Amino acid sequence: MIKQDYSSLLIRILSILSPLSILILWEVMARVHIIDTRLLSSPSLILHAFIPLLLSGELLYNTAVSVQRVLWGFLAGSAPGIVLGIGMGLSPLIRSAFEPMIAATYPIPKLALMPLILLVFGLGETSKIFTIAIGVFYLVVINTMAGVLSIDKIYLDVAQNFGANRKNFYLTVALPGALPMIFAGLKLGMGMALILIVAAELSAAKAGVGWMIWRAYDMFAIEQMFIALITLSFLGYLFSLLLDALENWVLPWKKQV
Amino acid sequence: MAYEKESISVTNLSKIFHTTSGEITALQDISLSIGEGEFFCIVGPSGCGKTTLLRILAGLDSSSGGTISLKTTNVDRPINSMVFQEQSIFPWMTVIDNVSYGLRMRNIPKKERYEIANHYIEMIGLSKFTHAYPSQLSGGMKQRVSVARAFANDPEILLMDEPFGALDEQNRILLQHELLRIWEEARKTTVFITHSIDEALCLGDRIMVMSANPGMIKTIITNDLPRPRKISEIRTSLQYNQLFQSIWQILRDEVTNSKANSSTEEKSNY
Ligand SMILES: Nc1ncnc2c1ncn2[C@@H]1O[C@H](COP(=O)(O)OP(=O)(O)O)[C@@H](O)[C@H]1O
Ligand SMILES: [Mg+2]
Repeated sequence: MIKQDYSSLLIRILSILSPLSILILWEVMARVHIIDTRLLSSPSLILHAFIPLLLSGELLYNTAVSVQRVLWGFLAGSAPGIVLGIGMGLSPLIRSAFEPMIAATYPIPKLALMPLILLVFGLGETSKIFTIAIGVFYLVVINTMAGVLSIDKIYLDVAQNFGANRKNFYLTVALPGALPMIFAGLKLGMGMALILIVAAELSAAKAGVGWMIWRAYDMFAIEQMFIALITLSFLGYLFSLLLDALENWVLPWKKQV
Repeated sequence: MAYEKESISVTNLSKIFHTTSGEITALQDISLSIGEGEFFCIVGPSGCGKTTLLRILAGLDSSSGGTISLKTTNVDRPINSMVFQEQSIFPWMTVIDNVSYGLRMRNIPKKERYEIANHYIEMIGLSKFTHAYPSQLSGGMKQRVSVARAFANDPEILLMDEPFGALDEQNRILLQHELLRIWEEARKTTVFITHSIDEALCLGDRIMVMSANPGMIKTIITNDLPRPRKISEIRTSLQYNQLFQSIWQILRDEVTNSKANSSTEEKSNY
């Protein structure tokens, strides 16, 4: 017992210590000019630029704009992804109608679709949300279908034997049985959404964390770029925490294994 | 038979599975009639088609030939509920939600179905686990939940596929007692598959012995050990031992035959 406590303490210390030592190393190397602060900045310079950006509300505003796009895109991609994924998992007919199409278009990098999306949806919010949605959709639909297909056949027999109608079959077997895989898809989708937001805000955006990165590039404001990057990674962390919490709440039967 | 009404009737039933390695005749020319309220046991070597027969009776598989019919007397009750051989309770539902599943499918209000479920959970001795998820249960406990789920559904016909096979001795005897008690009260038509001759003799009115490759009826034995039966007592009776011997003889021949068959098959494969 004591030995275990000791090693878990060590692990915790290490997980704080190692990023901290990298920060210190970074700062020291910047101070003694081993690295070029014009390109790689330094922790103290970044902190220095961070405070006015935070106090002016600029950072929060841009974060809020991006979060909104990510959430709408995430919803717009995952909701049809789950519905179609369940349909494809349950019905060979629906599966054979959609699977070849999805398999063929899945490998297209979603970024390559951006110009087309811009042409179709214009420069407004829709094109950004759509870009994110499409990236999320593929990951969710594929994982949901796999989740339904992985449900042990015996549970379908039980539902049939105990007289489940179509609606009950979806609600008591297909959906709960596929949920673990659906969550795997949602988590991948969230990662994809954060990648795509930066790309989507490259073109014709006037705000957002991704836009901050590109503006910092234009203005050669390295500190702001780092702040935007840190904000993105913080967002990624926050979203994964939220999804984990949601998963624990929706899948109480998974956590007690 | 001594039964007034017929509950299950099967005529010339056959089932052929088409697999990549050829055709398997799982059932061939099965004809039988099970009376209303009868406790009907099926024994036979593994692979002789017991599960297939039960699944066809439950409407989960189609037959390749012949007819079956299950009589209904009460439209409010489900025709049959099955206790599956393998692990079959939903991992994503608590014990009580699993046990009350059939009642929920029949739109019985939550309060009422939980009351019924609680009764059966107590019967299987899992009251402490009422709101636990199956991942916290042992294999035998899960099987007991599956039994309770079928009982709680109160069907006209109980179909049980080696329901106590995975249980330890004490729990098996306890549940055999409970099953007998419930059956003697409600006289539900019950088709019960087991690999234990002893279990078949303790429970059944008749015992059907099956042979494998193809799955056929070898014989049907009437088990007239007096009821109500006390599982602890009947084993000592002469009648029990005679019946045991005669079933064992048939089964032993069957098992050695199928062994011999499969070993010649193996040889011919080389
Ligand atoms: N879905 C299936 N597809 C192909 N063969 C099957 C299938 N189900 C059962 N069988 C075959 O049918 C025979 C009878 O199986 P089963 O009814 O499970 O036997 P038992 O329950 O008596 O052990 C076996 O040879 C088995 O391999
Ligand atoms: Mg079987």
